[in-house]
Amino acid sequence: MEILNEMEESVSPDPGFVTKTEPVAIKRRIARHLGHLDALESEAIHIMREVAAECANPALLFSGGKDSIVMLRLAEKAFRPGRFPFPLLHVDTGHNFPEVIEFRDRRVKQLGERLIVRSMEDSIRQGRVVLRSENQSRNPFQSVTLLDAIAEFCFDACIGGARRDEEKARAKERIFSFRDEFGQWDPKNQRPELWDIYNTRVHPGENIRVFPISNWTELDVWEYIAREELEVPHIYFAHTRDVIRRGTGLLPLSHLVQPVEGEKVENLMVRFRTVGDMSCTCPVESSAVNVGEIITETAITRITERGATRMDDQTSDASMERRKKEGYF
Amino acid sequence: MSAIDNISFDHTELLRFITAGSVDDGKSTLIGRLLHDSKSIFEDQLSAITHTSHRRGMESVDLSLLTDGLQAEREQGITIDVAYRYFATPKRKFIIADTPGHEQYTRNMVTGASTANLAIILIDARKGLLTQSRRHAYLASLVGIPHLVVAVNKMDLVNYSRDVFERICKDFSTFAKGLKLNNIAYIPMSALNGDMVVERGDKLDWYEGMTLMDLLESVPIDHDINLEDFRFPVQWVCRPQTEELHDFRGYMGRIESGFISIGDAVKVLPSGLTSRIKEIVTYDGVVDDAVAPQSVTLTIEDHLDISRGDMLVKPVGVPVVTNEFDAMLCWLSEQSLDPRRKYLVKHTTRTVKALISRIDYRVDVNTLNHEAADTLKMNDIGRVSLKVHQPLACDPYQRNHATGSFIVIDEVNNNTVAAGMICPAKD
Ligand SMILES: Nc1nc2c(ncn2[C@@H]2O[C@H](COP(=O)(O)OP(=O)(O)O)[C@@H](O)[C@H]2O)c(=O)[nH]1
Ligand SMILES: [Mg+2]
Repeated sequence: MEILNEMEESVSPDPGFVTKTEPVAIKRRIARHLGHLDALESEAIHIMREVAAECANPALLFSGGKDSIVMLRLAEKAFRPGRFPFPLLHVDTGHNFPEVIEFRDRRVKQLGERLIVRSMEDSIRQGRVVLRSENQSRNPFQSVTLLDAIAEFCFDACIGGARRDEEKARAKERIFSFRDEFGQWDPKNQRPELWDIYNTRVHPGENIRVFPISNWTELDVWEYIAREELEVPHIYFAHTRDVIRRGTGLLPLSHLVQPVEGEKVENLMVRFRTVGDMSCTCPVESSAVNVGEIITETAITRITERGATRMDDQTSDASMERRKKEGYF
Repeated sequence: MSAIDNISFDHTELLRFITAGSVDDGKSTLIGRLLHDSKSIFEDQLSAITHTSHRRGMESVDLSLLTDGLQAEREQGITIDVAYRYFATPKRKFIIADTPGHEQYTRNMVTGASTANLAIILIDARKGLLTQSRRHAYLASLVGIPHLVVAVNKMDLVNYSRDVFERICKDFSTFAKGLKLNNIAYIPMSALNGDMVVERGDKLDWYEGMTLMDLLESVPIDHDINLEDFRFPVQWVCRPQTEELHDFRGYMGRIESGFISIGDAVKVLPSGLTSRIKEIVTYDGVVDDAVAPQSVTLTIEDHLDISRGDMLVKPVGVPVVTNEFDAMLCWLSEQSLDPRRKYLVKHTTRTVKALISRIDYRVDVNTLNHEAADTLKMNDIGRVSLKVHQPLACDPYQRNHATGSFIVIDEVNNNTVAAGMICPAKD
């Protein structure tokens, strides 16, 4: 460090004069520009390229939500001017916000990449998923459709946009997370992950889930969306919507969610922090109408993303962990 | 997009650190305290652990519950595996690798330490420098963590005694000299009461140094990366073969160390062929120069046969290209090292068959003595000689973590069985 300082001082104060110490100046100039988002971005690109190079048949999970929107930009950064070396895969719960599906299709078209959609409706029709009621949350059953898609296409790696800050059980998940032939995660028997050297090896039938944005937080995601000027579905921004108060959260009124005895419908200014299954994804009250305002709100928010927005994760302290063991993303 | 223009994002640095200590030294409490006092705990998390604390009959909130994640761990009240935590202050973003301190400790600490800029070694003020603290310091030096903080915790239980603190500091620094550890800061604290973690408290007025948080926010990390030696392992070759990019051949990878500019001469390893950088391509356009740890795409002037696993370097100060090298191995698997077996070694972007031809010695991590060994068991550390099937471009780990590290994979079950750090060549 001292050496660098010395050399930089030897650069002439005359701005037009270029000296031989220029490389040091270059290093310092560039290094100074690398903030935390650059570090996270470079890490994610490195991970995606490792998957592409080492896995025989990977797929990138894309839902139309903010994390997967970031994932698409990272894939562009990793592989352009080439094509993505993997298709996009959407596991469609059938309980989608229409604007998210519309957004998904538009974005895929812009990119000119291949999208595979496998829907839970099909799994239900085939009797692979049995629901207690039509309106029940479908999040827990996504794993069935996902595992079926993995088998159908022989995917050996699925790249997803999950983050470790989302949930306690995720905090221990590896970036390359190994799943056995039943798609199960064994938290006590994970491969140690050292430096940035990833072990991508699997036997036939097994697969790996890869999480390139493991180390990002919700705030990082929004800051990146701002920096890259990425478009996101409108329901992420504050809008007025009919909602019902249930438990500690708000639920959006829809054909799936109707008021029961004692509940009343309110029209509030809300936005979504995640976009998932419409029957259990709760909006939060907000006045943030653009990305900048969302960043400001996120920076001072006092409730975790899942705590605020997922009714189904609140049922038990360990519900996410259990679902992940069963093959959930 | 005008609202965005006013926001300054992306000018904060990222600091990764690890907490090391034996069971009950206060690691979880310290992390909970850091998160709590920096206002990084969310209300729903706090209410969940408050609820659990009360249900377990505790009077105050047990902050260690924040980090004890998995169901089995909560049942047993211990931490099983490395967990990652995130928090931010206006100055920096932090990633904590929370490593549990039971019998598998070596494995967990090495894993967490491999990406850390800084390690906090917790010492219980009542117990002083124990064998375990020596082991943690040794592991920190082995993995080459650039900055070390010795946190003398539970000062409240020794009446915040300055003498106790100073004696522990002296013991530690005597020991650390033997390990060539420098950049050590010593902080007295009570993680439980919060003294000297984020707030100074009023019990440790005799201590004039920084609080832990001040230190985490200010320790210089921009020189932790080797900026001298350009190392670019090729991950992926981009050949779009479209009409307008018919002849484009880009080498994609991450600059692991050093920097590169257009026109620079480069050497391809292991072939030794040379060329010059034609373009540095990124999604955001071509640039004149790039520096570690950026991920970029490089094109070169000449048509050379370059593929994944090759490494671009500058022609001066090149790594050693070799089939044989010595390394320190930390064995991670329940199945011990079997010197008769072939393993796989993954080094940068190259995976090769390897034979661990000799075990020089095993380190007793408690005494640091070297002892003869014919195998390495889980949590053992030893110096070995390796023979690899294809040459690797090696730097000593001390000089370059990225090109000096590797993992060992069991070919049969595909598990990661060891972490390796290349030793300087003996000559
Ligand atoms: N008196 C006192 N107790 C502490 C302090 N830090 C931690 N403890 C207690 O020590 C015990 C073990 O702490 P924990 O954080 O779980 O340790 P870990 O095993 O290293 O994660 C708990 O009962 C804590 O309340 C401290 O600064 N002072
Ligand atoms: Mg603990």
